[in-house]
Amino acid sequence: MDPQERVAEKISVTEGRPPVIAPGHTFGTITDKISAIVLIRRTGIGWLIGFGIGFMWLMILLYAIAYLVYRGVGIWGVNIPIGWGFAITNFVWWIGIGHAGTLISAILLLLRQSWRNSINRFAEAMTLFAVSCAGMFPLLHLGRPWLFYWLFPYPNTMNYWPQFRSPLVWDVFAVSTYFTISLVFWFIGLIPDLATLRDRSQNRFTRAAYGFLAMGWRGSARHWKRYETAYLLLAGLATPLVLSVHTVVSFDFAIAIVPGWHSTIFPPYFVAGAIYSGFAMVLMLAIPIRAAYGLEDFITIRHLENSGMVMLATGLIVAYGYIMETFMAWYGNNPYDKFQMWDRMHGPYSFFYWLLITTNVLIPQVLWIKKFRTHPVLLFLVSTDVLIGMWLERFVIVVNSLHRDFLPSSWGMYYPTRWDWFTLFGSVGLFVAAMFLFIRILPMISIFEMRQLLPQATVKAEAE
Amino acid sequence: MKFTPIYGLLAEFDTPTELVVAARRAYEEGFRRMDAYSPFPIEELAEAIGMHSDRVPLVVLVGGILGGLGGYMLQYWINVISYPVNVGGRPFHSWPAFIPVTFEMTILFAGLAGAFGMLALNGLPMPFHPLFNSSRFAFATRDRFFLCIEAADPKFDLIAVRTFLESMNPRSVSEVPH
Repeated sequence: MDPQERVAEKISVTEGRPPVIAPGHTFGTITDKISAIVLIRRTGIGWLIGFGIGFMWLMILLYAIAYLVYRGVGIWGVNIPIGWGFAITNFVWWIGIGHAGTLISAILLLLRQSWRNSINRFAEAMTLFAVSCAGMFPLLHLGRPWLFYWLFPYPNTMNYWPQFRSPLVWDVFAVSTYFTISLVFWFIGLIPDLATLRDRSQNRFTRAAYGFLAMGWRGSARHWKRYETAYLLLAGLATPLVLSVHTVVSFDFAIAIVPGWHSTIFPPYFVAGAIYSGFAMVLMLAIPIRAAYGLEDFITIRHLENSGMVMLATGLIVAYGYIMETFMAWYGNNPYDKFQMWDRMHGPYSFFYWLLITTNVLIPQVLWIKKFRTHPVLLFLVSTDVLIGMWLERFVIVVNSLHRDFLPSSWGMYYPTRWDWFTLFGSVGLFVAAMFLFIRILPMISIFEMRQLLPQATVKAEAE
Repeated sequence: MKFTPIYGLLAEFDTPTELVVAARRAYEEGFRRMDAYSPFPIEELAEAIGMHSDRVPLVVLVGGILGGLGGYMLQYWINVISYPVNVGGRPFHSWPAFIPVTFEMTILFAGLAGAFGMLALNGLPMPFHPLFNSSRFAFATRDRFFLCIEAADPKFDLIAVRTFLESMNPRSVSEVPH
């Protein structure tokens, strides 16, 4: 049977559902198509514009950070009683976005969802950049960011050690572990593709650069066996890790006694919210990328629809979290919790609460309709809406709970300053610029895992 | 290691099935110093050339145990021995609060051990290897499948091995210089 026939056979098996890879591809065409984006394709005007916008905001971010270091956190709108403001809102939002990358690369690998193979690479890159953006905020929020290393336990002349009973210290360990493991997982996944780029590149400089990074990978069967074991084990380790990271982030709130924070629903609902916003970001990246680079063969409607379904499911868990928060505020009969919920719905920030309910709960219900899951533009719009909604969720949790707690004499209001906005949009700029660089210099789709998806990759029975 | 004029003989195949069949036959013929090369992992291949297990899981286990023990003991030592602080009347050894960091350290050390252990067991980084001298070998990372019987194999005989490899209808058989 020639490859064409085998492809046809494979399609007839999965008839009725769009394929995860368009028919007619061979090992060679997959390799050439993905590696050409990096090696041969000219840097387009669209790339330059996109990168330019990201880079501009990155420069604004650096300016905002420089001014922050010069003047101190007073340039932000934070003050007692709202000491956390945008910084922690952005931190939780970004780190949540990162979670979808790990979910796609690790959890879906363990669940043998092979459709993940064409989106895991850039989802992992998204994780790295999102966690980088996230990690920046608590450090900038420290007041004296240059002393950030005081957070780590190391022998020092002050004879001082971190306080390990505090969730803020757990956070340091959770986020730094998460970043390290994500980086390692991503790089290990890249090695065989870097070897492909090394062997396909036409000039000495790129060959040396990719060759250096590929570390001499040659696709030996013995290497592949250890590689597969290590990759699977890393996925198995990353799975509980990703769940633990947002759990620990939610402990930052839930361990405190502030009304609206002190709740056992926080860990699962934070994790669901993280995956919800992460998939929204995956779609916001995947939809333009597949159009701009002509990758509809590899990132098919099936991927978009599956991601839409994950968003719908996690969105419903988040909605359940909102309902339970409200229910517990009433059922728990604690006057401060009751007031907190009343204040969310009717207080000075109530506009944002209702906007949150609209963007995060009501509008995403359109995903029940197949057309909204399969139409790229509509799905893109829903994803944008979800990302805004998830940001608002963190804003409501952080600001609304702090602004009116137990003592009316210490109530207050929080208004973001221009520096708050510059830092928020600047972090988006950092993310965008990093993503554009990534798709320009590294294969954004895992080439070797795509080869495995082809029907001709299976060893036929007569070999037995 | 005995001196060999060449590194080995390299046969090139078009499909994973042909490579697995060839690797199995070579193993049955008694060749041991050989390796197969493919652009993606093939489950049957390592088995075919006689590799039945790898030690990566052990490395990960050891890394995880060391990380977990180290993480917990670090917190115990700090909170109980070196720098005891009374926080809200909790005991110095308030172990439930030490679990998150212990867990994270377990994952961190297990993951790093897995990644670096895999590279170390594979002998990577190794920027130069005789196989890279073969001009065809660049296709091992694209769409071709290779079997290399190394000259260091005790049963290696240039003519016999070439005849043997050619009997399996490869696309080509070539000598790999050192």
